[in-house]
Amino acid sequence: MSELEAKPVSTNNKLGLAKSDYLGGKSTLCVGCGHDSITNSIISSFHASNISPYDVAKMSGIGCSSKTPGYFLSKASGFNSIHGRMAPVSTGAKVANQKLITLGISGDGDTASIGLGGFVHLMRRNVPMAYLVANNGVYGLTKGQFSATSEKGSRSKAGGSNPFSMIDLCSLALDVGCTFVARSFSGDAKQLVPLISAAVKHNGTALIDIISPCVTYNNHEGSTKSYNFYKDHKVILQELGLILPEQEILADYDPGSTTRVDMPDGSILTLKKLALDHDVTNRWAAQQLVHESNSRGEILTGLLYIDEKSQNFLQTLDLTERPLSELGETETRPSAQVLSDIFKEYR
Amino acid sequence: MQKKINDFVINVATVNGSGSQSANTILIKSLFRMGIPVGGKNIFPSNIMGLPTWFVIRANKNGYTCMKREYDMVVAMNVATVLDDLKSVNPGGVFLYNEDLKVEASLLRKDTLNISVPFRKLVDQATDQLKLKKLLANTIYVGILSHLLDIDYEVLISVIKDQFADKAAVVASNLKAIDVGRAYAAENLTDTLIGDFPLKLEKMNKTQGKILIDGNTAAGLGLVYGGCTFASWYPITPSTSLVESFARYANRYRKDKDGKNTFAIIQAEDELAAICMVLGAGWSGARAMTATSGPGLSLMAEASGLSYYAEIPTVIWDVQRTGPSTGLPTRTQQADVGFAAHLSHGDTEHILLFPATPEECFEFGQTCFDLAEKFQTLVIVMSDIDLGMNLWITDEIKYPTKPFERGKVLREEELKQMPQFLRYQDKDGDGIPYRTLPGTHHPAAGFLTRGSGHNEKAQYTENNVQYQTVLDRIVKKFETAKKHVPKPIIETQVGAKVGIIAFGSTHWPMLEARDILKTQGLATDYLRLRAMPFSPEVHDFIKSHERIYVVEQNRDSQMLKLILMEYPQYATRLISIRNYDGLPLDAVRISEPLLKLEKSS
Repeated sequence: MSELEAKPVSTNNKLGLAKSDYLGGKSTLCVGCGHDSITNSIISSFHASNISPYDVAKMSGIGCSSKTPGYFLSKASGFNSIHGRMAPVSTGAKVANQKLITLGISGDGDTASIGLGGFVHLMRRNVPMAYLVANNGVYGLTKGQFSATSEKGSRSKAGGSNPFSMIDLCSLALDVGCTFVARSFSGDAKQLVPLISAAVKHNGTALIDIISPCVTYNNHEGSTKSYNFYKDHKVILQELGLILPEQEILADYDPGSTTRVDMPDGSILTLKKLALDHDVTNRWAAQQLVHESNSRGEILTGLLYIDEKSQNFLQTLDLTERPLSELGETETRPSAQVLSDIFKEYR
Repeated sequence: MQKKINDFVINVATVNGSGSQSANTILIKSLFRMGIPVGGKNIFPSNIMGLPTWFVIRANKNGYTCMKREYDMVVAMNVATVLDDLKSVNPGGVFLYNEDLKVEASLLRKDTLNISVPFRKLVDQATDQLKLKKLLANTIYVGILSHLLDIDYEVLISVIKDQFADKAAVVASNLKAIDVGRAYAAENLTDTLIGDFPLKLEKMNKTQGKILIDGNTAAGLGLVYGGCTFASWYPITPSTSLVESFARYANRYRKDKDGKNTFAIIQAEDELAAICMVLGAGWSGARAMTATSGPGLSLMAEASGLSYYAEIPTVIWDVQRTGPSTGLPTRTQQADVGFAAHLSHGDTEHILLFPATPEECFEFGQTCFDLAEKFQTLVIVMSDIDLGMNLWITDEIKYPTKPFERGKVLREEELKQMPQFLRYQDKDGDGIPYRTLPGTHHPAAGFLTRGSGHNEKAQYTENNVQYQTVLDRIVKKFETAKKHVPKPIIETQVGAKVGIIAFGSTHWPMLEARDILKTQGLATDYLRLRAMPFSPEVHDFIKSHERIYVVEQNRDSQMLKLILMEYPQYATRLISIRNYDGLPLDAVRISEPLLKLEKSS
């Protein structure tokens, strides 16, 4: 066999599904919208991770970002709910059927303003789900108002300057006990795909704050969420890789420059140091890193913090193995004897 | 003087946080075990400690155990309210008061039997422990009353032993206090010393096969038996005890063979989250509910519209308190009815259930999910403080045998047999569409649930025709629901031309009021609403009566207006009777205005 003969390359994943099986409807977002790049990374990630679309619950709130569940995994079930309520709706959906692989997409308005309470409490509880924020610092559907993730002093398209301090979602997440905290950029598929894959496998709430430029309302000079601003201020923390349980570990890793994180399903997340030394298992170091990086005006991307050992919400609730949604009379209705025993107390 | 036997009302006035609750429970339970019909009204403040609280105990041989505001005896233990409490005694009644309150003799009434008791001195006899003194003062009045009223001693002891079952020391100290009270009464409160004591209890057999329970406890138990697997809630009086009852019994009786929970209870961050968690769980296919009260219901409005429009099974238990706004958080009303019926913006309506008895609270613990899942919509159970938090005698609840209704849910196997699946299509002509649950392994199963405009395929649409098709189909669904919600219960009297419509806790004073009216020569027919949308029986009832009095506990005749919206042709027949001062409704507040209105008609 000549070395020049190409081996047949299968584009199907382990489930026999092609990438096209992970597509959704046609996007109705603006041409060049960062959110569409996130959609593509989700498709790549779920295909590469051999996840059946049937097992996935796509959750969202309201806003441009929350429309994206229509644009990927059309064979999955989804819930485009109401403004700011993706977190509690997802909590209910996941607790009622813990087998669902739950992927939430929200925006900066949906998460950092109207849905801030739900966002914070979801992370406190450590509900197992990936929570992706398509963060463009602006209200797109209502045409260009500042959002709470806009930096103080950043300029709107209409020319105004934002007088209010910014909510940093990663910093907030670290503060309230989130067990997987990452920041990324919509256009950096190389980083985003393994991050999404790891977030989905994570044993708890995984937040990825994804800077995702709004081409229509927040891509101008003076914006801190534009393509150009990102290009000029990006600092990439690590080079990420994900080795699935069935894959062979091919590369030799230098333990001095590469950290490995064991994921619950046996996958290995590899983090090759790029910009800085950082221990991703140290919450306070991560917090410091975010603050220092912000003060330097950088956009620092990568995995900031991970903890695979904490109890997730399903464990806290000590749920029976079968999904609650499947329980009927047999599993839930106590006996007649129990009822008559109970009534003794009320006589 | 003739004694009142098994037919009187005692009001115990104490300070909140003094521990009178357990003393009053001992009293009421003792009467119950003596076979005497009895009811208790806890008129408590929105406060943990210090504000006045009253507990009204009504013994009634005829079975009228609802509120009665005429007190035959007042036990006055609270200095802040003692003078008002004195005024509230019926002429000829008994005013028993704590000597330590230092009521001036000149203020005492001549037309009441006034009994002063040195509680501090008696407490000192009962215990040396400082921290017990306040609590045991209450047990001492139980002891005194037990002697004065002839409460069966054996019964009393059995109640105390059961009440503090696992705490021998508490039983002992309470029994001691009872004996101190009884001994004091036997020695000092004899008829020769204080005059004839006008009230007496005698054993009866009218509580056999019955239980004494509050509506919230019964509801929590009903949820356990009704297959509730998911409850998320935000603490709010007076619905909290409903969830606590569910939690208590679920933790005991809803474990799998490995001891794992077959339920989830989540204390949410607010009512917005509580209802949204229920929506998420209902979407996943669980029998999911939340419990709340007025302010929480307001916060749940937006998500209620989502439940209606995206057609997701959802259940809210609204234990009504007085509004508007914070209102009187610990007082009762039926003033959420109008708001709840169409909760949310846009064209919406919801299935409402109106339990009137603890037995119905239990039963609706299953009915609410059966209807929510059958009709894929929001069901709001409208309880209230009087029903939910006060003790009622109810028949021992029968073991439920009705299978759960899970509605039109398509699994893989059914989808395989179908040429196509359209989520929001009226396939069966009853307005109820089919749904799939997330996680269903079939290419046709997945769809995107949304509160935005959608067509029959569940796709986003701004097309006017497609949008309206879905909206009109939901109307049809509610037409179908009229035939499946619990029917009203109708009680007739011979020759009645007058009809009465009421619902919920109004039922109990209504029973007494109708008997009063009958003795006054007015026969009435009575329809007790149990659900909305109204079933055809409601129309027939209105049609067949000349005048219909709608009795409800709110200012604005909310139910009357809802009836009017449904049957505008009968507008001139409907007459409103209302009580909305926050206290539980009593019979005379129905019978007196009704008679007056009848005379003028």
